[in-house]
Amino acid sequence: MAALLEASNLEAYYGWSKVLHGLRFAVEKDKVTVVLGANGAGKTTLLRAISGMIRTGGEIRFAGERIDGQAPEDIVRRGIAHVPEGRGTFINLTVEENLRLGAYVRKDKTGIREDLDRVFHFFPVLKEKSRNPAGVLSGGEQQMLALARGLMLRPRLLLLDEPSLGLAPVLVMELFRIVRAINESEGVTVLLVEQDAVAALELAHQAYLLETGSIVTSGPAAELRENDSIRRSYLGY
Amino acid sequence: MRLGLLLVAGVGYLLPAALSSYQTFEFTQVFIYAVALLGLNILIGYNGQFSLGHGAFYAIGAYTTAIMTTRWDIPYGWAIIAAGALSLVVGFLFGLPALRFEGLYLALATFALALATPQVLKYFDTWTGGSQGIVLDKPSVPLGLPISADQYLYYLSLTVLVILLLLAHNLLRGRAGRAITAIRDNPIAAEAMGVNAALYKSLTFGVSAMYTGIAGALGALAVAFVAPDTFSAFLSINFLVGSVVGGVASISGAIFGGAFIEFVPTYAQEISRAAPWAIFGLTLIIFMYVMPTGVAGLIRRVAAALARSMASEQPAPDSQTAAAEAAEGNRGSARAVLGKPD
Ligand SMILES: Nc1ncnc2c1ncn2[C@@H]1O[C@H](COP(=O)(O)OP(=O)(O)OP(=O)(O)O)[C@@H](O)[C@H]1O
Ligand SMILES: [Mg+2]
Repeated sequence: MAALLEASNLEAYYGWSKVLHGLRFAVEKDKVTVVLGANGAGKTTLLRAISGMIRTGGEIRFAGERIDGQAPEDIVRRGIAHVPEGRGTFINLTVEENLRLGAYVRKDKTGIREDLDRVFHFFPVLKEKSRNPAGVLSGGEQQMLALARGLMLRPRLLLLDEPSLGLAPVLVMELFRIVRAINESEGVTVLLVEQDAVAALELAHQAYLLETGSIVTSGPAAELRENDSIRRSYLGY
Repeated sequence: MRLGLLLVAGVGYLLPAALSSYQTFEFTQVFIYAVALLGLNILIGYNGQFSLGHGAFYAIGAYTTAIMTTRWDIPYGWAIIAAGALSLVVGFLFGLPALRFEGLYLALATFALALATPQVLKYFDTWTGGSQGIVLDKPSVPLGLPISADQYLYYLSLTVLVILLLLAHNLLRGRAGRAITAIRDNPIAAEAMGVNAALYKSLTFGVSAMYTGIAGALGALAVAFVAPDTFSAFLSINFLVGSVVGGVASISGAIFGGAFIEFVPTYAQEISRAAPWAIFGLTLIIFMYVMPTGVAGLIRRVAAALARSMASEQPAPDSQTAAAEAAEGNRGSARAVLGKPD
């Protein structure tokens, strides 16, 4: 199978402190890949490393080309959309302005217009509130907005940082159903980092387990669901 | 916005007929300050960066104009443009290293600029005339128009203000404006969208400096004199006061702020010759207390409330109220910028 994104010996630093210790992983094209890990494992750091937002070592390849060391805007331009931790809502801008920022690096006005309609179709609540300041949306609505904003790039790869954070279980299911739909109908490859292992393993095809900056286990999601140690520490049954 | 602009322009162009020549000069100053504050509002209100040093850019604009028109006999129109361009470049270059600082640290770095300005001006006295300053000629009235030189300056300043208001409006409404505001709201997320935050911050600093520099150019022409002590740190602080009182996260706020810093000190003088600044301070506190989002913020709140009550009288489309509320909420940011939770 073809990997859309591949990392080898990936390291990441905050100042002098090294947080990722030589990771190797691959994100298969058209699939959903999840990286599970506890608080502080390095999940957010992993996504920031891919997006070029922090200093890295090692190699990252996207569609066969090196992207490590490039500026965030160049990586976004390649079609990698990053839905940041904590939603990253621009609270003083309207919902529509938030969505337009998702398409910030795009120049095709008519395409952006079409994609606005497309995400409004996925998230009708955003259409209703398109002229409201995004700061007044509920937490769940803001997560929808963050996801929709990511889609506005018309991405090839969607990076999702703990979308389940602070959402009720039904809402997590709803959100993941939408992610699955996007993945299947739009052909968007997804890399998800999560703590909610139950929901995430349900959604994903492939899974990695990250502990203090190193990958300790990987395999098809269905297999990891059956893995005893994962069941004990992450699934709780 | 368009309506407000038409109103300002309309009233502004008709006003001189009713004004004494001193009042004409005062309103000219209001417009000039408004241009300066517009620059500060773009920086503080929309981009979330502080400056306690914009007096320096005002000085650059003023001296560029003074030197160009008196020493080199360059027409004042070109001098104004050159003043804006030079301020833009200096602001951008200052922005590149300074913007590594955030919040209070940036405020202090810019304050250093304000503190240094008068002395730097005195030091380069072959150019600036040192403490003596430079006396300028007032621009002569073109085309034989039947108005006084002061009235001409009034119209010139008003016209520049209107043009720069429109420019700010268009800049902030489009793609660049969204990026500028996104950086203020959430710099990390803005970067994740592909916004080059460092470049935008420097550019915004440059544009902001350009506005204030153009104001300085007009100020030099209006007063027909520049001298170092006019550009003390106090000027920078005054700009910040005007910006906040008018409403930092607004375009129209610049006009209210300009009026505040022009008129309130004069009235304070009239009330108490002994302690005008105490009166000024008191007025300032009352303003902040009554209008925590500035004059512009208050006006918006009232407008939004009116729209809402009108909408509830005749069950109007929901979108109208939503839009009014959006407009209102959109500007609550002045407080966020100042670090006060709403
Ligand atoms: N800006 C930063 N500066 C320095 N160290 C950081 C920074 N951000 C994170 N770290 C450190 O890097 C490590 C990994 O953090 P990271 O945010 O990637 O974890 P995470 O897996 O996303 O955790 P969570 O599930 O809580 O979001 C932690 O030890 C954290 O203390
Ligand atoms: Mg995290």
